[in-house]
Amino acid sequence: MSRDRKVLIFGGIALALIGMAYGLYYAVSVEHQTLDQMGGSLAGAFVSAAERKGPESKTLLASYGEAKYRYVRQVDVHSHWIGLGMLMIVLGVVFEELRFAERRRVLLAWSLLAGSAIFPAGVMLQTVNLQTMGSALAIAGSGLVIGALVATAAGFARA
Amino acid sequence: MSARRILIFGGIALIAMGMLFGDVFAVFVLHQNGGATGAALMQAANAAAAQDAAGVKTAFAQIGNLMEDRGTKVDSHVHMIDAGYLALLVALVQPYVLLSQAKKKLLAKLLIIGGLLLPVGIFLIHYVGLAYSPFSAIGWASVLADSAGALLIVCLAYEGLGLWRYFRSGGLVSEPEMPRERSWERRALLSGGTLLILLGFLHGAWYSAFRLYHHENHEIYILKRMSDFGNESAIQSEVNEYGMLQVEKAVHIAAHSHIIEFGLLAILLSFVQPFVFLSEQWKRRWVKVLLLGSVILPLFVLLELRFGLLAGGIADLGGLLVIIALVGMLVGVVRYTGRLDGEAA
Repeated sequence: MSRDRKVLIFGGIALALIGMAYGLYYAVSVEHQTLDQMGGSLAGAFVSAAERKGPESKTLLASYGEAKYRYVRQVDVHSHWIGLGMLMIVLGVVFEELRFAERRRVLLAWSLLAGSAIFPAGVMLQTVNLQTMGSALAIAGSGLVIGALVATAAGFARA
Repeated sequence: MSARRILIFGGIALIAMGMLFGDVFAVFVLHQNGGATGAALMQAANAAAAQDAAGVKTAFAQIGNLMEDRGTKVDSHVHMIDAGYLALLVALVQPYVLLSQAKKKLLAKLLIIGGLLLPVGIFLIHYVGLAYSPFSAIGWASVLADSAGALLIVCLAYEGLGLWRYFRSGGLVSEPEMPRERSWERRALLSGGTLLILLGFLHGAWYSAFRLYHHENHEIYILKRMSDFGNESAIQSEVNEYGMLQVEKAVHIAAHSHIIEFGLLAILLSFVQPFVFLSEQWKRRWVKVLLLGSVILPLFVLLELRFGLLAGGIADLGGLLVIIALVGMLVGVVRYTGRLDGEAA
């Protein structure tokens, strides 16, 4: 098995496993609390409004907004790690067919792996009060994946 | 039929069924469910304005029920298609799974059965609820879905054991490897699929950079105004705005996920083309139909924001094109003479 395929297939499996492990941890210990917070805060905000408790209603809406912000990103981290891992495994099967020298294929494979690992990690950091750093990593990671995929598409088109 | 053909046939069938279910859901359930959720939200806001806390709770219980109805149907659609992808992926590695042919066939059948029962169980959750269940929070439909998920895990663990044996054996294959043909269909599916995934990534990057934060802030802003004890017409306008915002978000997320999934599907189908026993002309025809549908569906889902139901109808037509192409390829897999199976035996 060539080095680029090894990077993609084993890297993809590792990413998918990390994504699944994160999803399992999230489902068992975080998700229900977050969903309860979201549902409870939103319904509570409207109940408080009905009881004419304006400030309480606004606090609960803010709490709903924060919980939803975290929930969307945490679910995205899980699905993107697994999705990108799966894409890498699939590409690994045919990567030798790219019309590039092996060195360039290895570089592309590492770029895909690095970008696929960094991008969801950056999104995760956004949920733990490291927003600037998280955003920077997410942008860098997704840029790396997109750049590598452009080159891959070009390689398949030339094959 | 060998394990590989069972997986290819079952995988394509699961994807086609999952897509058909998605199309039916989009036409007959999605919009009606959105309308009912909007009405329940309106009811909650009106109850808040009328200082009726019990009315608010009733309305939110109804919203929860509607969200469960929608969520389980979306999950059934997604899980059936993903189980199909999984079956195709496992089909690809069959030569490297060092298990007896009988065991591989049994595993393939169980994997397809698990992939079918999992979404069926998820679909039934909303209807079965906790009826006759001995558990306080888990119904029989959830038990069915979880059991099917466990069956998939066991099958994959066994396939993993076979792969482990392959690596330990120093590269001994159990059946002929997938033929590496350089046909037009294969190249079109490979480069088309990669291009679709790339477009999906670019759209996702654009959405997260320019729309995601705006949507999140706007949602909280609307909800704040909605709970601000306005009169009925003001609440109606807020609920409409909230509904439009949810539609905009759903449309972008659906376009992003569908175009990437279709890209992945195209790449996976490129591997199994040697098993599609059709003339060159028909094989090319199905590839073109599949790629065309894969572009039309996400593109017109996005255009729903501008052209409404007309674009929605065209998007559903795009989905139908993909289903037709999949069924066409499926016929080719059924007609396959079993040359590679014969070599395997």
